[in-house]
Amino acid sequence: MEFNQPAGNNLFDNARVVGKPLNRIDGPLKVTGTAPYAYERHDVVANQLYGYPVGSAISHGRIVSMETEAAKASPGVRAVVTTLDIEPLGIWNYNVARLFGGDKVEHYHQAIAVVVADTFEQARAAAALIETEYEEGEPADFDLDAAFERVEGSGEPGTLVGDVEGAFRSAAAVVDQKYRTPSQTHAMMEPHAAIVDWSDGGEMTVWTSNQMIEWNRQSLATNFDIDPDTIRVESPYIGGGFGGKLWLRADEVLAAIGSRAAKAPVKLALPRPFMMNNTTHRSATVQRIRLAAGADGKLTGIWHEAASHSLPGGRGENATAQTPFFYAAPNRRVQHHIIEMSLPEASDMRAPGEASGLMALEVAMDEMAEALEMDPVEFRILNDTQVNPSDPDQPFSERHFVECLKRGAEAFGWNDRNRTPAGKREGQWLIGHGMAGAYRGAPTLNSGARVRLSGGKLIVETDMTDIGTGSYTILAQTAAEVMGLTVEDVDMRLGNSAYPVSSGSGGQFGAASSTAGVYAACLALREKIAERLKVEDPEFRDGRVIAGDSDTALADLDGEIVAEDTMKFGDFKKGYKLATFGAHFVEVAVHRGSGEIRVRRMVAVADSGRILNPITARSQVIGGMTMGVGAALSEEMALDTGRGMFANHDLAGYEVAVHADIPEQEVIFLDTVDEISSPLKAKGVGELGLCGVAAAVANAVYNATGVRVRDYPVTLDKIIDRMPAV
Amino acid sequence: MKAFSYEKMTDPAKAAARAAEVEGAKFLAGGTNLLDLMKLEIEAPVHIIDVNGLGLDEITETEDGGLRIGTLVSNTALSADARIRREYPLLTRAIAAGASGQLRNKATTGGNLLQRTRCPYFYDPDQPCNKRKPGSGCAALSKGAFSRQLGIIGTSDACIATHPSDMAVAMRALDATVETVTPTGMTRRIALEDLHVLPGDTPDKETSLLPGELITAVTLPAPVGGAQKYHKVRDRASYAFALVSVALIRQPDGSGRVALGGVAPKPWRSLEADAELPNGARAVMTKLLNGARPTEENAFKITLAERTLAAMLAEE
Repeated sequence: MEFNQPAGNNLFDNARVVGKPLNRIDGPLKVTGTAPYAYERHDVVANQLYGYPVGSAISHGRIVSMETEAAKASPGVRAVVTTLDIEPLGIWNYNVARLFGGDKVEHYHQAIAVVVADTFEQARAAAALIETEYEEGEPADFDLDAAFERVEGSGEPGTLVGDVEGAFRSAAAVVDQKYRTPSQTHAMMEPHAAIVDWSDGGEMTVWTSNQMIEWNRQSLATNFDIDPDTIRVESPYIGGGFGGKLWLRADEVLAAIGSRAAKAPVKLALPRPFMMNNTTHRSATVQRIRLAAGADGKLTGIWHEAASHSLPGGRGENATAQTPFFYAAPNRRVQHHIIEMSLPEASDMRAPGEASGLMALEVAMDEMAEALEMDPVEFRILNDTQVNPSDPDQPFSERHFVECLKRGAEAFGWNDRNRTPAGKREGQWLIGHGMAGAYRGAPTLNSGARVRLSGGKLIVETDMTDIGTGSYTILAQTAAEVMGLTVEDVDMRLGNSAYPVSSGSGGQFGAASSTAGVYAACLALREKIAERLKVEDPEFRDGRVIAGDSDTALADLDGEIVAEDTMKFGDFKKGYKLATFGAHFVEVAVHRGSGEIRVRRMVAVADSGRILNPITARSQVIGGMTMGVGAALSEEMALDTGRGMFANHDLAGYEVAVHADIPEQEVIFLDTVDEISSPLKAKGVGELGLCGVAAAVANAVYNATGVRVRDYPVTLDKIIDRMPAV
Repeated sequence: MKAFSYEKMTDPAKAAARAAEVEGAKFLAGGTNLLDLMKLEIEAPVHIIDVNGLGLDEITETEDGGLRIGTLVSNTALSADARIRREYPLLTRAIAAGASGQLRNKATTGGNLLQRTRCPYFYDPDQPCNKRKPGSGCAALSKGAFSRQLGIIGTSDACIATHPSDMAVAMRALDATVETVTPTGMTRRIALEDLHVLPGDTPDKETSLLPGELITAVTLPAPVGGAQKYHKVRDRASYAFALVSVALIRQPDGSGRVALGGVAPKPWRSLEADAELPNGARAVMTKLLNGARPTEENAFKITLAERTLAAMLAEE
């Protein structure tokens, strides 16, 4: 089925099930510990052995030799395979790090060996016995600041509109500042983990934790140069991904190699320290932002130039992603530089690009509002646009940013705040308020599903994944809606390469795309039922098919009726700019002595099209807000610039927000629909919830203390020198 | 983790003798730190002596009006004890600021004192560390290293790690004494001040305990009264080690005691600094942190300690 024109009026406008606050249907499995996660799938194949990885102790260079005799002789060991034993593996689309094979080391903790043994403890102990001789590469530069200075102004800008330099010459107010965001890691609860059965070197079966089943299958095929049709992948439950599990990683590769060598199924989970230096992460950024405005408060120029790091050929973290589109201004220059570094692979993490970009841009906007002596909310309202400012012929499909700002300001009590920096104290705490705007793209990907109706019950099969987002629930709601069934009548089956290829989960495209795929499959099923009953345009409700005098219970249809379809999103969308919008309002308290920063109150407003389930959508947004507090105040992969590695490689050293850091969070969804986006008129919300949060916190810290920090995370060591004496 | 043998003992003196007799033996109590380190092979004891059956889990009154805390009293039980809460509130506050509820339930008094540093390089077996592998060098002191959390005073060119305990900082301010049993069955009393030793050229040696010597108790002298406060400064509100922690006992006449955590290889206190308390936070820290040798990344701890104490003094 093709979606190639605006949705128009359809059954979702009078929905019975979609849009309702249904608890997640996989909730009981999760809270009773019975949802089968990859590493605990002891029952899927017999005689599972345990694998354990070895990582490189240098950031770049060459492996001269590896001594494995002691490991091979260690109790219980079934196989030891080193990177010197096999040719370099292939690399599939989107990725650039080689996962195994050959003597070249590109980054710290790159996988260089796998040990397979009867028990986990035996494998781990034997892995520690492997001795590796390295030839270190030439001293390398890991200084992103210095690299930015070298490349600044060079190359072709990604966006160039009008006369930027002229705008700055004639501006009434100018902001010109440099901002920095650190490298971040996804830090999901469940590490990358897999059981792989490749015992005979023929068919490969993979039980894993991955956001993108088909990408995973194709990537395995390319890595091992085998036919993708010989590979089966299952990933029904995922303990968090945040983009870190979009890709094939060393867990599956090493388990596969270990399985082939030991001729038995092998399970392998990456140890937590590997999460930081072996898998992907969000690159640090350096950003110079220049804003020019007239005396009337209208932006006349936006100049955003940023750099991030990557292995050769990678995409880094494009912090300028939102800048061509977010605010009106006739003159604009936007450019992203990718700096090659021998660091672990930089890649996508929740809201890649916008998350980092808005951390800087929304502080710059706060600084400009102050320079203009304007309210930050009013300043943003004044600079709203309903068309793509870099291509004014392209309208936004829907854009309710101004309403987000107004609703948020009202709910938060924005106008009652203290406007003088460092002007409000309660006991030992300085109190501050800040806000930021939010922008995130709203892509959709083609998505397929198969539905099976039998005895009035519906089975839905799609390789869509649920990474904790609520896919099971919203897809069941969609199928129930279209088929006139209840959610209890629907049996959801996800995350299996035996099912039709879906969008997968990522880029906040999953909800809008995969519900459209299920919708398409259900419409195909409805057609088959209508044909069988020889009726036209029947109505499906209350478990019945009704057309004129014909009234049949779905439960009375004989046998199993199967339909499959894929929703293909057409080119008509290119006539529009699709995005999601939001506003964040935050209250912080800063200890007047220690400078400790604690968030006291948060309000978020989201404009994301139809909200398919307010409970799961709210969970997505408060999760994003929580991640934003971490990004603002504590999360940083500490780069050792001498050694080219991230030094704080566990969850004690990499500080995500804990419960005690998170206060009351209020989420307001605007009642909007976007008929350009999808048949359900829905867009994503999971990444929007993160966008702008950190800047709102940083702006609140400025309001509390009078100290402006442009270098994340905003930690006390960056403010206490400039705070008033106690 | 390397393979090890295991035995459970029920007599403290015999446990100490056994530990001295078997080279590479280690006591196991709560295991909240030791087991993590064993998994990474940072600790690789060949023999584990489980001391959880020794008793030593009571808090009793001493003849001079203080308390004797058995080495196996859990952090949770110690912080919740009514006498501790009433007479030594500093200790309750410090313990409650550390770790998490689950860890405090398992962690013991003696084990807390003997926990090891959380320096990230100590925790990475692929990096040099003089504490973990004597003579291999100190990664934290090399150019470009990450040292924000690490020590500023009492450190050496071989090691800048800190002692991570909160409990020990309060005990130092309370003038606690450690009681031990030696492998020959003798009882020894060590002032807490003398339990931890500075790294010098041998950062792998962290205490003055003899091989096999077992901590049996910590004694607190009679209560000293005063207002007792513990401010643990950290980036997130819970479950993080201190950037700086300040233990303060302040008497109505303005005199008192100050001990710092998060800055040194041991709880950091000096009588000269205590004597400056009536003159304010700057006077105290000028004495207490005299001779500090911070890195560029952790020099803020000097300012932070002073500002934190200043706010604590201003609160009263």
